[in-house]
Amino acid sequence: MTSINDPKPESFQLSQLMNDTRYRSYTFQFIALIVLFFLVGYLYLNLVENLRTAGLDISYEFLGEPAGYDINQRLVEYNSQSSHWRASVVGVLNTLLVAFVGCILATIFGVTAGVLRLSNNWIVAKLMAVYVEIFRNVPVLIWILIINAIFLIALPQPKAFKSRGGNPPEAEMLWDSFAFTGRGIYAPKPVFETGSWVVVAVFILSIIGVFAYRRYAKFALYNHGRDLPRGWPSIAILFVPAILAYFVMGSPIGLEYPQLKGFNFKGGIWARGSFVALTFALAIYTGAFIAENVRAGILAISKGQTEAAAALGIRPGRIMSLVILPQALRVIIPPMISNFLNLTKNSSLAIAVGYMDITGTLGGITLNQTGRAIEAILLLMAFYLAISLGISAIMNVYNNSIKLKER
Amino acid sequence: MKKSVILGALTVAGLAASAAVAGTMDDVKARGKLNCGVTTGLVGFAAPDANGEWQGFDVGVCRAVAAAVLGDPKAVEFVPTTGKTRFTALASGEIDMLARNTTWTFSRDVDLKFEFTGINYYDGQGFMVPKDLGVGSAKDLDGATVCIQTGTTTELNLADFFRSNNISYEPVPIETNAEAQQQYLAGACDVYTTDASGLAATRATFEDPSAHVVLPEIVSKEPLGPLVRHGDNDWGDVVRWSLNALIAAEELGVTSANIAELSAAPTNNPEVNRLLGTEGNLGEMLGLDAEWAKRAIMAGGNYGELFEKNIGENTPIGLARGLNAQWKNGGLIYTPPFR
Repeated sequence: MTSINDPKPESFQLSQLMNDTRYRSYTFQFIALIVLFFLVGYLYLNLVENLRTAGLDISYEFLGEPAGYDINQRLVEYNSQSSHWRASVVGVLNTLLVAFVGCILATIFGVTAGVLRLSNNWIVAKLMAVYVEIFRNVPVLIWILIINAIFLIALPQPKAFKSRGGNPPEAEMLWDSFAFTGRGIYAPKPVFETGSWVVVAVFILSIIGVFAYRRYAKFALYNHGRDLPRGWPSIAILFVPAILAYFVMGSPIGLEYPQLKGFNFKGGIWARGSFVALTFALAIYTGAFIAENVRAGILAISKGQTEAAAALGIRPGRIMSLVILPQALRVIIPPMISNFLNLTKNSSLAIAVGYMDITGTLGGITLNQTGRAIEAILLLMAFYLAISLGISAIMNVYNNSIKLKER
Repeated sequence: MKKSVILGALTVAGLAASAAVAGTMDDVKARGKLNCGVTTGLVGFAAPDANGEWQGFDVGVCRAVAAAVLGDPKAVEFVPTTGKTRFTALASGEIDMLARNTTWTFSRDVDLKFEFTGINYYDGQGFMVPKDLGVGSAKDLDGATVCIQTGTTTELNLADFFRSNNISYEPVPIETNAEAQQQYLAGACDVYTTDASGLAATRATFEDPSAHVVLPEIVSKEPLGPLVRHGDNDWGDVVRWSLNALIAAEELGVTSANIAELSAAPTNNPEVNRLLGTEGNLGEMLGLDAEWAKRAIMAGGNYGELFEKNIGENTPIGLARGLNAQWKNGGLIYTPPFR
């Protein structure tokens, strides 16, 4: 008897698109795609049509015209005769600077607060809880304004450093080299003279040397069971050769001190008040979120891991760095990416304190002076998209490197 | 196939609907309210008073237009705009006219497709500094930190002024006048620069106005006036001649005190009669009724009355007429004839 269970050759019917679970999701996705396509098409045509009616067109020629305005903080050469494109580049660099410094600071604040919130010390843990809750639950714009206002009011203005009519000045510089003013922080600037490259080169070699030494220490520990000290030799390798080179070359690196001249301090390094306030506000706000991620990451590691490590005789510091953190990082990094992205995007609130980021130059003054709103906004969107995808890409590379290796 | 045809048809229908632009005057009449863009608050020019009523010189222009078109000077929806948002608000149709200390420039008129309907204040950019800074001239400001409102011609003039005098400065861009005031008073900048009228208005709100001086240099020409969108000439005419009616009224001696008397019966001055609608049909030509100008003037008084009441020498702002005197008195305020 031959089997009667031969499967019938599959025949495809149109109704399967709806009724068959294998195809249904594709059907709906396809419909959604078509709807989306028409929606975007409609909006685009609408825009073009309305612009045509209003007698306007989309053109990026304005980018080549002279901008005509000045920007206070510029990391590349720029003056009011430079083009709008150049002004946008200055803005981009300012945004990147805030994002970069902000992300580093936020990580430091966040990791510190997150670890301390798990501390056994009741006061420290509660203090960190208060920090997280206060900063996480008030909008970042308000924090930017508050912190800027505090800087502005609490710190003296440059004219307070001037002595008037024989009276001693109201404010004094710290060690005659740092000035904390409402307009920013002034610090001495290193001046590199001839021969200074030797010192710099030695210092860079020392950094490489530190890494090499730590690698060797790890190798010695794993392969020969010798536990070499790591702390003081690292510091010694980092500084001793550079200091020796500095004196051998006859002190080639000098310092340029800020000095009060006219209305403001001149010389030295100047971190503008707007930059300091913005970066600090963004960092401390984002740090509160990162603290929670760090805490969640550490709590995600079962206590058994700590106890097992302790049973093997590993010291508490090592338990954290060798057992807990490598596992916790896998939980911490993915939400960290979105926090970095948030910080970068929130930096567009810079105009609230008068910091000229890309939103302030291209999306602010350029947009206004040229009236090219759509073009400028499209360009801004492209920039933020590119920078966000860039940060994601870098962080994903890092995330992959610490991920659980499945072999 | 069928679906895409329907969607295509929808697309076309949507386009047709959005592309149809009605006349602004019809829109305003149908709405029963005039949407007028003003500043977010500059005392004397446009700012809400203690009762939340908008008051000021620019507000007066809005009210005059509303009175002419709708017969009610209160039928105005004031839309506060910043230096940044004002042009988008006007171009997008969110507001029907903009009366916000806006400088008439070539590129705004031609490139941004707006229509300036006259000048209601001749201004120029000035500098204000605290008295104890000991600065007597803008040319002594080398290295100074300057607060500027962004999105204005001010920052362009400023760049030009410092460049042509070959001195350096540190610009601090600020979004609104209120913020600029706060930064200036906190000492974050040495100098505050904007139109001289704006400086006077801002200084009037300080706790101690006498501790601040406005430097003698005026570094630019800033003809300020109301503007409308390009392309709707009928509406542009209404706004232009409403402003001109206020100016003509001052020139012809028509005030809010005597306007009832003058408009009751034809007087022996034919231009007054044409203005007030007791002779001729100027209102009809404009698409309004005969008494349009009478209502516009009654809304807040003639040009001179508006000036004295809001920004004149007897107000805290204390601006002299100067360039803004009638042409007969040596000023620049002048209207084409009503004929």
